[in-house]
Amino acid sequence: MGKVNHMDRSTLLELNKITKAFPGVLALDQVGLKVGYGEVHALMGENGAGKSTLMKVLTGIYKKDSGQIIFDGKEMNFNSSMEAQLSGISTIYQEINLIPYLSVAENIFLGREPKKVGRIDWDRINREAEAIIDGMGISLDVKKPLNSYSTAIQQMVAIARAISVRAKLVVMDEPTSSLDEKEVEVLFKQIRKLKSQNISVIFISHRLDEIFEICDRITILKDGKLVGDFNIADITKVELVSMMIGKDATDIMAQAHGTYEAKEEATILKAEEIRDTVKLRGVSLEIKKGEILGLAGLLGSGRTEFAKVVFGDNVHHEGTIDINGKPVKLKLPKDAIARGFAFCSEDRKVEGIFPNMSIRENMTIAILPKISRMGIVDKKKQKEIVDTYIKSLAIKTPSPEQKIRNLSGGNQQKVLLARWLCMEPDLVILDEPTRGIDVGAKAEIEELIQKMSKKNIGVLMISSELEELVRNCHRVVVMRDGKNVGELQGEALSEKNILTVIAQGGMSDSFTAAERSMNNEQ
Amino acid sequence: MNNEQTSAITKSNFSSSSNLKKYGTLYALIAIVVLNCIITPNFMAINTFWNLSIQVLPTILTAIGMTFVISSGGIDISVGSVMAISAVMSGMVITEMIPALGTSVPMAVIFALFIAAVLGFLNGTIITVFKIQPIIVTLILYIAGRGIAQLMNNGGTIVFSNNAFTKIGLMRIGGAVPIQLIVIVVFVFATYYIFKNTKFGYYVQAIGENGEASRFSGINTTKVLICVYVISSVLAGLAGVFEASRASCADPNSIGAIAEMDAIAAVAVGGTSINGGKAMVIGTILGALIIQLITITVNMNNIPFAYSRIFKAVIIIVAVYAQREKRKS
Ligand SMILES: Nc1ncnc2c1ncn2[C@@H]1O[C@H](COP(=O)(O)OP(=O)(O)OP(=O)(O)O)[C@@H](O)[C@H]1O
Ligand SMILES: [Mg+2]
Repeated sequence: MGKVNHMDRSTLLELNKITKAFPGVLALDQVGLKVGYGEVHALMGENGAGKSTLMKVLTGIYKKDSGQIIFDGKEMNFNSSMEAQLSGISTIYQEINLIPYLSVAENIFLGREPKKVGRIDWDRINREAEAIIDGMGISLDVKKPLNSYSTAIQQMVAIARAISVRAKLVVMDEPTSSLDEKEVEVLFKQIRKLKSQNISVIFISHRLDEIFEICDRITILKDGKLVGDFNIADITKVELVSMMIGKDATDIMAQAHGTYEAKEEATILKAEEIRDTVKLRGVSLEIKKGEILGLAGLLGSGRTEFAKVVFGDNVHHEGTIDINGKPVKLKLPKDAIARGFAFCSEDRKVEGIFPNMSIRENMTIAILPKISRMGIVDKKKQKEIVDTYIKSLAIKTPSPEQKIRNLSGGNQQKVLLARWLCMEPDLVILDEPTRGIDVGAKAEIEELIQKMSKKNIGVLMISSELEELVRNCHRVVVMRDGKNVGELQGEALSEKNILTVIAQGGMSDSFTAAERSMNNEQ
Repeated sequence: MNNEQTSAITKSNFSSSSNLKKYGTLYALIAIVVLNCIITPNFMAINTFWNLSIQVLPTILTAIGMTFVISSGGIDISVGSVMAISAVMSGMVITEMIPALGTSVPMAVIFALFIAAVLGFLNGTIITVFKIQPIIVTLILYIAGRGIAQLMNNGGTIVFSNNAFTKIGLMRIGGAVPIQLIVIVVFVFATYYIFKNTKFGYYVQAIGENGEASRFSGINTTKVLICVYVISSVLAGLAGVFEASRASCADPNSIGAIAEMDAIAAVAVGGTSINGGKAMVIGTILGALIIQLITITVNMNNIPFAYSRIFKAVIIIVAVYAQREKRKS
């Protein structure tokens, strides 16, 4: 690790001609990246472009096949992420890699616990963790196990951990994919603070607005190759997207939301006064055939919890659920599936993937009863389904037999979406469906959702991106503190109005009379 | 990326280390066979092969059952005790110790398997409904089971001379091929088929991979897991019946002793992860053969029996080391 003299003094990190191949995939092909001191550097590219792989090569999770890593003036070859951390690179990986059953505080200090006469100083850990968490403006009990909190909160804990390490560079691989606006704001405040301390950040996200808000420079990858790097000021959104997907993007950027034409008034789902012991304090709503209903609300407003009750995951609840006009008692998700429901969870790792099983097996696990006779799976049909969705969702893989854990995050998400779309359900609940999905694929998925609606499938969509709800939904129900507090549709359906309802905890006078009367009827 | 490039990458990456991982168990088996050809007198004879298939049957049956269990993310250490109970049960029917049942060979087999199924059902139900860890639940049956087997006949060995029953274990097809070999072939193919082509097979592996995701995918995990423990027990019961039939007696103290350990070892050597998931059926069979061959090697060369345990341990260490997930690629 000799000194590198020729490097210019303003550069903290320089990656030169990094190449990395996996069986059947050339993930990185001579990729370069330069990050200056105190710079927030965006790394952009489609799903499977090689962003996460590049970061894992940098932090020693993967060994590069060839290339050079120069960090803070020295050539480096880390053998583990711990080594990278000790040298000043702190990382938030795309898949949260904290330990679920340890407390929030333990997770924040894992591997660098403060000691007092040789023993771990628990008081100090809890105290300091609390200070860090408070400083980020989240309220939670740092002594509780991490898995008692939602994906978004866990993500915030991962962020808290990464920025509380004394680092020169913080790598953030899609830190915002499960966060909503308020949390993103908190994160950006922290990033600005890092920047002011001359600490650099590599920021990966598929949300363009975020890139343009926080980043100084941007490097674009496509199919494992470097497209180029730019000052953020010198590039427009349309140009950026075009370079990422390699074709003109004007039509992708301009997507209009459909309007609900009530062909059939039949109600698929009617939930009334749903309560549970923890979060829900009376949620009522209705979804009609072919309707796309959005659920908006802050973190912890109970959207996911409500979805899980409807899907039969939580038996400890009060209230009534009617499916197609008949009251039902759902004991397990399989009961909901038997009635034509599908649920794509936001928690990919815990509730979604079977990591060591193939794409084929992962995609068809829920549809097996429909494609088997006397317990024997019709492999031909299985293959048909898999091939169809690999193609229509553009899942990037060398083979359907690839283990799903070897796919990029966005491509894993596509497989899980396919698992439910292929069921041709009557009602599909999508919890953060486009989490980690690139702009191009997002447009395709949104189109698929519109198509489902045309086929009379009801859609319940939860998203932390209001823009996405407004663009896709016919109607949006706003939740707050475990209750539904308002409803918007037609002209009144806008980001601004949703935010107002969330903030006020109810409908205000600024909406049209029609909306108001509808709200009163509830 | 063009196709030529892709295939070049594929080739260069399937290096010798991943081959070792894939075929390590097979190499180990070949090594032991070769070793035996050299050191064991009269090893290279067709009779050795017939004898091996007779002796390995109980290990293969229990190891197949264990493959289901381990693939589902559990463990079953009660199989040795279940073997003993089933063997004694069949002996009691054959020797008319339960007059009400009359004496007939099918009756003996059916009752032996039935009692095994009940025990497996109990294991599975307690594990899923009361959410107690499999190792604890099956440990209870491991401890109590052999006691029950002993009590069933007041601790004594049941000796029987019922020709029809003892014939089962000694049957030779065409005067040469032992019935055990046929049973092995049938069960191996059936198991392979189940894991590759049936809903149940997919479900078992999915539960072992990720129980929570299985539930959300509409799998009735309780039902599947109970089936898994029933399968394991019934196969152990069948192993017990074959042992009793071959020996013309049912000794509750010795039948199935350390069978659970051999079964787990076979599965581990065969490459199924102890954490659950993908079932390696062929691996399990190779593992069972390795374990049995070690015993034979030791017996036929007059090496003190205690060594066989040491050898087994070494094989397990080597196999598991060769198969460990490599973090770096
Ligand atoms: N461990 C692995 N084994 C085999 N292939 C892999 C492995 N990790 C990544 N790949 C492949 O390398 C390519 C790049 O993946 P990577 O995860 O870096 O994409 P990404 O740009 O982070 O995408 P996303 O936006 O979906 O997160 C993909 O084609 C992926 O399938
Ligand atoms: Mg990624």
